[in-house]
Formats: sequence, structure tokens, C-alpha cells
Amino acid sequence: MPEPVKKIRGKAAPLEIDDVDTDQIIPAQFLKVLTRKGLGAYLFYRWRFDEEGRPKEGFVLDRPEFRDATILVAGRNFGIGSSRENAVWALMDYGIRCVIASSFGDIFYGNSVKNGLLCIRLEDERVKSLRAEAAKGGLFLDIDVEAEKITMPSGEVIKFSLEPAVKKWLLEGLDEIEATIRGYDEKIREYENRMSHFKMPRKDVLHTE
Amino acid sequence: MGRTVFEKIWDDHVLAKRGEDQYLLYVDRHLTHEVTSPIAFESLRAQGRRVRRPDLTFAIMDHNVPTVDRALPVRDQHSREQMKALARNARDFSLTLFDYFSPWQGIVHVVGPELGLTVPGITLVCGDSHTSTHGALGALAVGIGTSEGMHVFATQSIWLKKPKLMEVRYEGVFPSHTTPKDAILYTIRELGTGGMIGHVAEFRGDAVKRMSAEERMTICNMAIEGGARTAIVEPDEKVYSYIEGTPYAPSGEDWEEAKRYWDTLKTEHDARYDKSYTLNVSGLEPQITWGTNPAMCIGVSENVPEPSQFDDASQRRAAERALSYMGLKPGQKIEGTPVDAVFIGSCTNARLSDLILVARLVKGRRVSPNVRAMIVPGSMLVKRRAERLGLHRVFLESGFDWRNSGCSMCIAMNEDRLGQGERGVLTSNRNFENRAGPGSRVHLASPLTAAATAVEGRIADPRRYSLASIDELELEWTSPWLERNILKPLRGG
Repeated sequence: MPEPVKKIRGKAAPLEIDDVDTDQIIPAQFLKVLTRKGLGAYLFYRWRFDEEGRPKEGFVLDRPEFRDATILVAGRNFGIGSSRENAVWALMDYGIRCVIASSFGDIFYGNSVKNGLLCIRLEDERVKSLRAEAAKGGLFLDIDVEAEKITMPSGEVIKFSLEPAVKKWLLEGLDEIEATIRGYDEKIREYENRMSHFKMPRKDVLHTE
Repeated sequence: MGRTVFEKIWDDHVLAKRGEDQYLLYVDRHLTHEVTSPIAFESLRAQGRRVRRPDLTFAIMDHNVPTVDRALPVRDQHSREQMKALARNARDFSLTLFDYFSPWQGIVHVVGPELGLTVPGITLVCGDSHTSTHGALGALAVGIGTSEGMHVFATQSIWLKKPKLMEVRYEGVFPSHTTPKDAILYTIRELGTGGMIGHVAEFRGDAVKRMSAEERMTICNMAIEGGARTAIVEPDEKVYSYIEGTPYAPSGEDWEEAKRYWDTLKTEHDARYDKSYTLNVSGLEPQITWGTNPAMCIGVSENVPEPSQFDDASQRRAAERALSYMGLKPGQKIEGTPVDAVFIGSCTNARLSDLILVARLVKGRRVSPNVRAMIVPGSMLVKRRAERLGLHRVFLESGFDWRNSGCSMCIAMNEDRLGQGERGVLTSNRNFENRAGPGSRVHLASPLTAAATAVEGRIADPRRYSLASIDELELEWTSPWLERNILKPLRGG
């Protein structure tokens, strides 16, 4: 169950690549885990480490001025591809609390909400200018989820908007399973009682080992 | 205003609405595999919860499994542990499991339809983005994350935002050697990787109606690469025939009742879409990707782009980066580029009809000595059916490696992978950087383009190769299912 997300203040790092797929956020070899802890070490692994696991130079998050960044300003279609929730766990374990982009992969976006990673959609041009600002280094942003606004160091305010359900989720850090069971168990039972027999998989199937 | 097939199934499953845009839907079928499930099961244990409907939940090992002889030990320790964890979880939570040794093991998106776990009109979820594949049978199928999977385990329901509707219309007749894979690659090339974000893609039009159930699975499978939340095709007799008599499909009176219900799942003529796209496939040529996402794609006779031809700075940068990663020169011809490997496999193109296409091209020909060519059937049932027909002899005689089923080189979580800088033509769905192994260079294409490439040792235009007729394949043993669904349509019946 995620912690409530109300305000984020942090340094922004620019990621000047469009179409960042979840394979890049965390490669498949790091999906062979039975726990979600420690995945931050593998964030953007192929961009940050060579085949022998030695650090490569130059990836934005490894540059001294961005090492402590907690906000990522990306491009278009961030988080497309595989449904791996490990991508969100890796970003959060690394310390990223917010990703700003002009669009997100649907499954990634949903996974982010569930875990309390704030994803902000802004217009393409807005994202570009923010990324250019971030690239100068030392751009601290104040993000207010309730007010749906980003405040720049200059005092300039950028408004964003969240779907009401997403906003509520982030602000409250809901235990969704508990909430569904408490609020909707009867509805679920009703469906099960009227579910046509033909919609269920046959039960008389013989299995051979 | 009439409803679409998607809206009809959606409405039939909505349990409740929360806020403006969140709907709780009942989940009729939950498929799960060894990679995205262990943490969900651990959390269930930690919270003392059970799987609400084990009878609607099925577990399959596919992502990690080796495709070599199953008598050999699983060498990769982490793969083995994840596989064993799934076996333990299936036992502890009383789920039906198709494990490494099951005759019904295979890639979850191949197994669901072929066992009749996937049927029209149901909601189906799986912790895998390519769950959109099941939409080809007229199911409402969505790929989900691990947290959502846990919610489904515990409540047999899922909160979803209602996606927008997009019609993707294919009209016309495919030219010879051009396939549904080429149509979906071309569509993603035109719309971009984000072109369908937030939408469910409903494939329709004459060309889709003419497609077999398996061909529809190929296009629905890849809709996710265009950003679609999922994909769907309205069910018809071809779909009914595909699942009739399969182990889990309804039978007897249930079957008749099911068909009456499925017949109501048609998109009405005055249904409206938020977005529309039409492609006339008559003028299409075989497509192949040149870059590092599926939208970076060209016709096999075209040249790879010059970055300078993109007006947009970030597209220009992406093209430069992709060309450098792929080891291609701006503006070069793609055809004739030497390759190291060819992979026929994955949930996109490893069903029986795909394997028959490959056999028709390679029959009597040899794989180039410079190429490692492997066929990884989509499931062990696909493998047995291919062997029943005698296709494996065609493959082995031409020099293909004939393996067991799994996700294999598509995701490279087992030993099947490309080496650093190696180039392969794959029939799968993703050409992302490092996807088939660190430094791998992946070109996505149809089974025919991949087969022609295997023969030539270089990226090849399949249109230069004659295809053996079905009779020339000298198929051995057949079965009513194969006759009805695969062979009769191929014979033009």
C-alpha cells in the first residue's frame, strides 16, 4: 500500500529521449526476482553499465549535478511496452518520485498510480522547455498534488491536471483491495450468482502430469 | 447510438462506478505466469488473503523456460527459482498449473485461445502487455501490472478507466507474400508508438473478416506496440470453429447457449468511435523494422531513413541514435543486410498457421550456413500439431533448429539470445535496445520475410521466393481441428 503523495519538492533531471520503453527502464534479466527491494540499482541499467557491469560515463542520472534528482523530465510516450511493474519499483527505489512527460504508456501509468509514483502530463512544448531548464542543472520544483501545480524557482506556476480518481488515490494512499472488498463485495457476489455457466471454463478437464 | 462489441462486453461486466471515470469490472478469466506474479502471491500471503476464484485462474510457465530438451536441468538459477515459485504458489492457492513439463505448456497468449480458456464475451486479464492478443476471439482482454494482478487474485475484479474507442479498418486483399503482420507493422509505422494510447483498437473491415482467428491474434497482439490499451475483433463463425471442442470451451447445451450469446456481440452499424484509421492492404508490401521501436519501420524494398529527413528535432535525434545502435548507414538499402540469426517464435507469430507459412517458403531450400535459425513453437500443442503434419521434417531438412515452446528470444530471459552486436530477423513484437540480449540488433518482420532471410543469410524480400502449395508439403497426419481451422482455409475452401 503506497504512502499518500501530497507535495513533492525536488531536483529535476532531463531525459532527452522519446519512447522510453520499460525494457530500458529495467531490462528483463532483472525481472527474475522474487522481491521488489533494491531494484533501483538496475534502473536504466543498459544505459548506465556496460556488459561487465562497469559504470558507463555520461548518463544523466550519473552526472554529479543530477545524482540527487527526484523528478525526471522525459519526452513523449514514456513507459511504453512491457507491463512490468518492476519499472515503477526501480524508479521509486532509486529515489524518483515524479515523472513529467507529454504522454505515458497506459499500463505504466496505471502501475505508477498504484505505487504512488506521480506522473504528470504536460503539453509537448511545456515539457521541452522544462527539460531545457532542468538541463542547466539545479532546477528545484515544488509540486502540489492537491492544487495540481508545479512552482518553478522563479515563482512561475505550471498547472497540470490529474483524473479525479488518480488524484484521490495519490492523496489518500488507499488500500484498494480492502476498499473493494468492503465497498463492493456484494456487487461481486451478485455477478457471480448470475454468471452464465457457459462463461466458466469446463471443470471436467482431465489433466495429465 | 449503437454499441461496439467492446462496449457490450464492458457493460455486461461493470459492477460499479467510482468517481467520474473508474469502473469496477468482474474478471472472468485470470491468466498468470512466473515472472510478474511472485510478488503478488507474496503480498497475498503477507496479508493472509486467498485467491477468490481459483477455478477462473490459470498459471503457465513461459517467460523463463529453456526451449531445449526438457529432460535437461534448468541451468539458470533465477529462472529455476521463479518457475518453482509459480509451482509452489499454484499449489498453495489451488490454481491449475501448466508447468514446464505439461503437454499444454506454451506462451500464455497462445495457450489461452487454443485450450478454450479464452472465449468470446469474457473479460480476461494477465500480467503481460500482450494480453491484447485474446481480443482476437472477441474477449475484453487487458494486460495489467502486478499490483492489479494482486487485486484480481483477491477480488476477481479490476478497476479500469473506460478506454476510448478507435476503429482500425483494414480493407482490400493482401498481395501475395504480404501478411497481417505487415499490416500491423505498417499501422504502427504510420501512427507511432503512442498513436493508440488510451484507446481500445477494434480491428474491422473486409480484410479482417477474411483473416483466420490466428491471423487476428497477430494484429491484436501488436496493437499494444501502437500504445493501444487493448484490441478486439467482433467474434464470428471462424472464432467459434477455432474453440469448438477445445478442452475448456463450453460443450453440449452450454455451447449452444454460448453461441447464441456470442452472436449478439456484434458492433452495431451506427456505433461511433473516437478515432478512426483505415488501411487498404492491397497496396502493402512486406514490412521490416530498421530501428529500436516498432514504429521505426519500412517496406522491405525501401531504404532506411536519413535522420535529416525528419523535421522534428527529437525524431531526428532518435533516428540517429537508432541507426547507430543498429549499425546501419543512413539511407542504405535494408534488403541485403547480412544477419546472424533468424527467430520464428513469440506470441505474435508462432502459431500453426505461421509455421505452415515458413514451411511453404523453406520446403526444398536450405538455411544459409551463416545463419542460426530457430523455430520456437508458440506452445507444445502447436509443436505436436506441426509434427503430426510432418512440418518438423521440412524445418530440420532445411537446417532450422526445432525447439520446445517458450517466450525465448523475444525477451531473452532464457538462453536463447543474440550476442553483442548480432543482428537477427525475429517474428516477434519488440525491437527495443537490448531486447534479445545486451547489444542485440532486432529487425521485426513476418514469418515469410524471416524465412526468406534465413535462406539468403541477408535481409530478403520474400516476394522473390515461390511458396510450396499445401499439397506439395505432403502433410502426413491430420485431425478434424486442423482440417477445419487451418488446412481447409489454406486450400481455399
